[in-house]
Amino acid sequence: MGVSAPPVQPSPADLNPHLHPDLLKESGQREVFCGLTSIVWLHRRMPDAFFLVVGSRTCAHLIQSAAGVMIFAEPRFGTAILGEKDLAGLADANEELDRLVKDLLERRPEIRTLFLVGSCPSEVIKLDLAKAAERLSAQLLNRVRVLNYSGSGIETTFTQGEDNALQAMLPLLPSSDEEQLLIVGTLADAVEDRFRLIFERLGITTVRSLPPRRSTDLPPIGRGTRVLLAQPFLSATARALQHRGATLLSAPYPFGVEGSRDWMAAAATAFGVPLARFAEVVDPLVERGRRALAPHREVLAGKRLFLLPDSQMEIPLARFLSRECGMELVEVGVPYLDRQLMAADLALLPADTQLSEGQDVDRQLERVRAARPDLVLCGLGLANPLEAEGIATKWSIELVFSPIHGCDQAGELAELFARPLRRRALLQLS
Amino acid sequence: MELTLWTYEGPPHVGAMRIATSMEGVHYVLHAPQGDTYADLLFTMIERRGRRPPVTYTTFQARDLGGDTADLVIRTIRQAVDRFQPEALLVGESCTAELIQDQPGALAGGMDLGVPMVNLELPAYSKKENWGAAETFYQLVRTLLKAQLPAPGTPKPSPSRWREEGRRPRVNLLGPSLLGFRCRDDVLEITRLLGEHGIDVAVVAPLGARPADLLRIPTADANVCLYPEVAGPVCSWLERSFGTPVVRSVPIGIGATADFLRELHAVLDLALPADLETVEGQPSEAERRSRLPWYSKSVDSTYLTGKRVFIFADATHAIAAARIASRELGFQVVGLGSYSREQAREVRAAAAELGLEALITDDYLVVEKAMAEAAAELVLGTQMERHSAKRLGLPCAVISAPLHVQDVPARYSPQMGWEGANVIFDSWVHPLMMGLEEHLIGMFRHDFEFVDGHRSHLGDGAPASASASTAPSPEEASATSTAVATAAAPAAGTITAAVAVREALESLWTADGEAELAKIPFFVRGKVRKNTEAFARERGLERIDAEALYDAKAHFSR
Repeated sequence: MGVSAPPVQPSPADLNPHLHPDLLKESGQREVFCGLTSIVWLHRRMPDAFFLVVGSRTCAHLIQSAAGVMIFAEPRFGTAILGEKDLAGLADANEELDRLVKDLLERRPEIRTLFLVGSCPSEVIKLDLAKAAERLSAQLLNRVRVLNYSGSGIETTFTQGEDNALQAMLPLLPSSDEEQLLIVGTLADAVEDRFRLIFERLGITTVRSLPPRRSTDLPPIGRGTRVLLAQPFLSATARALQHRGATLLSAPYPFGVEGSRDWMAAAATAFGVPLARFAEVVDPLVERGRRALAPHREVLAGKRLFLLPDSQMEIPLARFLSRECGMELVEVGVPYLDRQLMAADLALLPADTQLSEGQDVDRQLERVRAARPDLVLCGLGLANPLEAEGIATKWSIELVFSPIHGCDQAGELAELFARPLRRRALLQLS
Repeated sequence: MELTLWTYEGPPHVGAMRIATSMEGVHYVLHAPQGDTYADLLFTMIERRGRRPPVTYTTFQARDLGGDTADLVIRTIRQAVDRFQPEALLVGESCTAELIQDQPGALAGGMDLGVPMVNLELPAYSKKENWGAAETFYQLVRTLLKAQLPAPGTPKPSPSRWREEGRRPRVNLLGPSLLGFRCRDDVLEITRLLGEHGIDVAVVAPLGARPADLLRIPTADANVCLYPEVAGPVCSWLERSFGTPVVRSVPIGIGATADFLRELHAVLDLALPADLETVEGQPSEAERRSRLPWYSKSVDSTYLTGKRVFIFADATHAIAAARIASRELGFQVVGLGSYSREQAREVRAAAAELGLEALITDDYLVVEKAMAEAAAELVLGTQMERHSAKRLGLPCAVISAPLHVQDVPARYSPQMGWEGANVIFDSWVHPLMMGLEEHLIGMFRHDFEFVDGHRSHLGDGAPASASASTAPSPEEASATSTAVATAAAPAAGTITAAVAVREALESLWTADGEAELAKIPFFVRGKVRKNTEAFARERGLERIDAEALYDAKAHFSR
């Protein structure tokens, strides 16, 4: 089955072990999404791709519950639902898949990349989707590329689905040792364009993205590639890129003014951009970003924030909200902690920050109630119930669906957190 | 394997969750992998509930599969009972747990929990959500009423014992649940209707009931099976075991509500009120109580005659809709189907009456194909039919689950009873007005305002011409339609001052400024455009480029 969590890396030497000493590790009921949810944004990032989940009715139900409020003239995802015949081995899984894929491609001839997405049921019964993807790719040569990744709940939490999807695309990336900057992780289109423009002004001319906007538009990879991770949940992809010869640049994630500046600075340093040039291009952006932040900081400063685990974006967000918006951190929960990929952000967190990894949701909610924070970052399964208890919430999924990266978006990002507090002050309902 | 783009029903354990969450004092321990907690959102978001569903999941992960998942189940059950102190416990598995066969119900049975426990066996690979809800409700009622079962040979209670006991007749309303279609308001409407006819409601279940309420089910004179998909099996069992008669007419629509009242009066041995008798020339109760009859008779509705309607829903709502459409609104039903296999026979009978072959399927693509072939002018369906209707460019109204958040409205909006008929008239006719407008647009294609794709009664602005790079937001719509008007009617030659100003501002934008603006999500694009232009005027900028846009954004960031 090959089922295992990514290995926990030893702390790099530059991470002071005396910072954040008491990591709280919890296990119990976890109120999180599985990796299948990544389909909800990946299908928009790559409109020429189709995501076929091989799983149960539960998987189909999950995705349509998340995305079904949008009305699709043309579906971009579907589920091959396993029946009793498949479980009893009466139907040959490979023949069934071939038949299904043929039907699907007849309906959607414009699909260029087909992802076979593994689920809990397909992993438990050990369906070899990787092999099926290889076989189908050979059959559909030059028409459709078929890839496989797992989005199962037993292996992946929420955004880790994207990590696995990108990893699945890596073997298709051509090899080239040309100098380039590769931005890895889904960005909003406008944010991506913005970063490219800024890097161009810095004199970094070859900038590419993974995932691309078109699934066939894959960047090359090799020894000249410098990788900037735009998202903190890409552990497996980052390591696989390193295996292909790419250099991973260490930086905090580009949330807020400071994070974005340091993130761009990491690339500038790697590409030998003169300091004066960097200051000339980036300082005005930093200055402007700070101005945009100011009104939101007024709302957020001094407010106590509790982050529940969801997407692995919690640590960089906590860093931004404490350092740039003046919020106090009660607890920063993450579903999974990759110390190596988080090193730069961890080093910037206040020294006494309570981190927690994993979850026992009822006990964590007891801590929330005891602390009575001013704002809780949490998933939609908990948001309305906490609101009904009088606790303000910011639902976390929105952060995956909003343009929040970069100096120019710092104001918007802060506003996402200030908005629920403003709203509470605004409503007069008695 | 079957290819499913959209599924009409969730897995059976979601049906069990609907029962647990609809009730009070019931807790559900569900053996399920991490991630299956997504189902909580159905209740916290779609039903907009302010409480977590009473469900504890084991949320096992891959690393647990090497260990003792049975032990995890036992720990989870123990903790859930200690923490939530339920009055009854449901224990079951989701589809993945079914594969690893830990037998959570059997484990719970050996634990001496001190509360009634129901072991749910819901085959996830062959059954679906409504079956799961019906089975859960049935098993729960059966478990709780075991002690009250009359001995074999006990005579059936008389449905008119209320007369002997000198009280008003009382009935149970069985079947309403969360994630059902408009159950919240249907219950209010029917309770009110029964009250007007001197009939009390004993127990409403599962919605709002506690286990203790279920113990009172046998005290009613009859069971009203409001939602057969959920309460069919339990009503049949109560009839067999306690001799309680069942009212099976579902009061959706004018005729069906009248039938329901007649059946109810007959079952309870109540005298039929005069206005439930059909007397030629006399206004019936329906005509006095609901506006649908007059609205449907009035001349404005004449154009509805013979409109071709395609209906697909759960069996109950599909059958009700077919009757309303054909007999009460004067539509022509050109397709009728359902995903409820359990009630396929009833749907087939209803279709045969209309000279149709019923479509019984849970394959969304088959439904879409049938819809296209029927050349319907209106689709009455589920959230799923919205997708196909959009693809085919057909007006559509939702009449049944699966539903999404917009079909759990704040306002009173039953489907049942007299007010339900009013709601139905409005919501089915509403998308059709658009259809009429489309006819005019089809006839006169040179209009400056009512251009292709325009839906004026839905409040949308006229779409910009295809060459425009940015679609207007509603805020921009008026300006755009004026601009379109000007562009489309140069002969008129009346360029208003407003348009002149608009054009002067537009000429300020550089290509990269426009390109940047195009990337702003359309619903805020109008605001960003206005703000940036105001900012440019204030600063006396000669041109608006991308930098100016971001400067303005920072300036207005509040």
